Amino acid sequence: MKIGIPRGLWFYDYYPLWKAFYEALGAEVILSSPTNKHILDQGAKNTVDEACLPVKILHGHIIDLRDKVDYIFVPRMMSVYKGEYICPKFCGLPEMVKYSIKNVPPMIDTVINFNKSRKSLMTTIYEFGEYVTKDRKKIDSAYAEALKKYKQYKQSIAEGRIPLNGELMKESCFNGKRGRKTIALMGHSYLIYDNFGSMEIINKLKALNVDILLPEMLDNGRLRDYSDTLEKRMFWSYGRRLMGTAMYLAENKDIDGVIYVSSFGCGIDSIVEELIERRMRSESDIPFLLITLDEHTGEAGVNTRLEAFIDMIDWRRKNEGNLSPYGKSICGN
Amino acid sequence: MKVTFPHMGNQYVATKVLLEELGVDIVIPPQCSNDTLDIGTKHSPESICLPLKVNIGNYIESIRQGADTIVITGSCGPCRFGYYSILQKEILKSMGHQLDFILLDPPQGDYDKFFKSVTKLANTKNPYSIIKALAKATKALYGVDEIDDAAFYKRPRERVMGSTDQLYDSFHKEVRKVKGYRAVMDLVKETKRKINSIEEDPERDVVKIGLIGEIYTIIEPFVNLDIEKKLGALGVEINKSLKISRWLTEHLYLQPLKLSSEKEIWQAAKPYLGSMIGGHARETVGYAVKYAKEGYDGLIQVYPFTCMPEIVAQSILPSVEKDYNIPYLCLIVDEMTGEAGLNTRIEAFVDLLRRRKELKHNEKLLSGY
Repeated sequence: MKIGIPRGLWFYDYYPLWKAFYEALGAEVILSSPTNKHILDQGAKNTVDEACLPVKILHGHIIDLRDKVDYIFVPRMMSVYKGEYICPKFCGLPEMVKYSIKNVPPMIDTVINFNKSRKSLMTTIYEFGEYVTKDRKKIDSAYAEALKKYKQYKQSIAEGRIPLNGELMKESCFNGKRGRKTIALMGHSYLIYDNFGSMEIINKLKALNVDILLPEMLDNGRLRDYSDTLEKRMFWSYGRRLMGTAMYLAENKDIDGVIYVSSFGCGIDSIVEELIERRMRSESDIPFLLITLDEHTGEAGVNTRLEAFIDMIDWRRKNEGNLSPYGKSICGN
Repeated sequence: MKVTFPHMGNQYVATKVLLEELGVDIVIPPQCSNDTLDIGTKHSPESICLPLKVNIGNYIESIRQGADTIVITGSCGPCRFGYYSILQKEILKSMGHQLDFILLDPPQGDYDKFFKSVTKLANTKNPYSIIKALAKATKALYGVDEIDDAAFYKRPRERVMGSTDQLYDSFHKEVRKVKGYRAVMDLVKETKRKINSIEEDPERDVVKIGLIGEIYTIIEPFVNLDIEKKLGALGVEINKSLKISRWLTEHLYLQPLKLSSEKEIWQAAKPYLGSMIGGHARETVGYAVKYAKEGYDGLIQVYPFTCMPEIVAQSILPSVEKDYNIPYLCLIVDEMTGEAGLNTRIEAFVDLLRRRKELKHNEKLLSGY
């Protein structure tokens, strides 16, 4: 049996878990090709115009896979943590795919919903496993094995080995040496880790010789402590991690700049990005750059802005931070 | 304490009755206008959905009239509305307005905080008087929504064009001036009676359209560019999937008891969308199916640009359109929406529905039914 996992959305957070799980059960797992122009175009053509870039890219990956596999893995990710959700589009994703793309093979669209509690964890896993085997014991051991792989994967990311297109980099992108510029790259993991979709932002930053700090590299428990101090509980998991990171950075101030990558029309970013930007500006003087991407974004524009941002940081370091492009003047007003 | 609140269709009448019965001083924000939207757009994040922008405009216009406290409701995700309160507070703070916010979020176990908010707003700790005022407000809300229903029916049928709108507009002007439950209800009854007695033209060919989509954009006439009046003038009778009175009953009375009046709609939506995904996506799809089954001539979906749940519904609705053979039009509104373009699309859509109806009628004649 061939199971296809599209390289989009939750893929970057969880795919080693799912791949190892189904492989241990004896299924063949096929990944779609890394995002490219053709996949993006196909996705944009077959999705409602109003959807955001990552959702369009996911549709492209499903088209890439549809003739190669028996099942396509599109779980309904409602909620991963208690009291939190992902995004309404994630919740309705199986339907979006089903009604936007013709001739989709059967979908593995099991509901993942731990909003109330995690009690249903094992039944959810059995449901996933039963597409391949009815043997509960086999599923148990496959899950245990998959969990191990997943933890290794998370550990590698925490060490700074970015899973660009899902493949872990050989070296850490966070060097931590004194005197090197460090940029916190924030945004949804499914946009940043997608090399084509993010306009190769990680490679570009590396070429500009900066250290990259990602929210996934910080301790999740610690971020949670920060985000717990918010006035109202942040009910989006991605949003909570980003808010926590921003609060951590604003307090510790050990970075040179923040680049926030957002996709046009992202509902969560329209709130989270705004709150983060406001917090960064009011509680710290860390430079902040927002890059909004969609399928029409021109690469030259992104390059110019990135280079200008890094140049600005260089000048700041040289001039001990007394010069700012706008806002405050040297004489202190 | 001078309390204000954001506009949302007829909701202001209920809030007015509720707070006036409790003896709280209120400022009703001026009717939404282009100025409101301009203020909101200027101070809100660029990519946030339209309701927040209009809300900010409402607050500022109320603050100019002396309001110092804002009361709003909330939710706990996954739709953006749940975080409106926090973002709005931030925006107003950065504009230099120090206001009190009273948040009426669903309690989620923390009843203490919820009741504290309620008693702070109500200015009294007496649960009896709060409940009594609430019951009156609910009744008033149902009354105003009945005026809407009467207007939906009369607009396409009136003999003298515009007579319904005249009564309807004057109600919304007058209701701001009267005070208290009695006076509001008298006005409601009077208006309903007058609208119902408007003379009809039996010759008019009436087309029926179901209006579905995001709740704020369907019930707030300013943001949907008075679509109900426009459709009415084109000879279309409409029915809305969501009404503020039903929403109130659902969220205030039924949900805490884990009940719902929308079970039937969810059932209708089930073949297309099986679970709650936030906002009103499931209701949008469910009502689309319901209207199609009831023999409506067409469907119009309205939602604010970038609304997450409605985007999911939008990708499903073409399948409903095909399965039930019912034309469907999607209108997305934001601060850039041009009225002329919207008019053209609505007129063309109604023309298409008329033509289809005619063809169907002729088919029946020719095939000898």
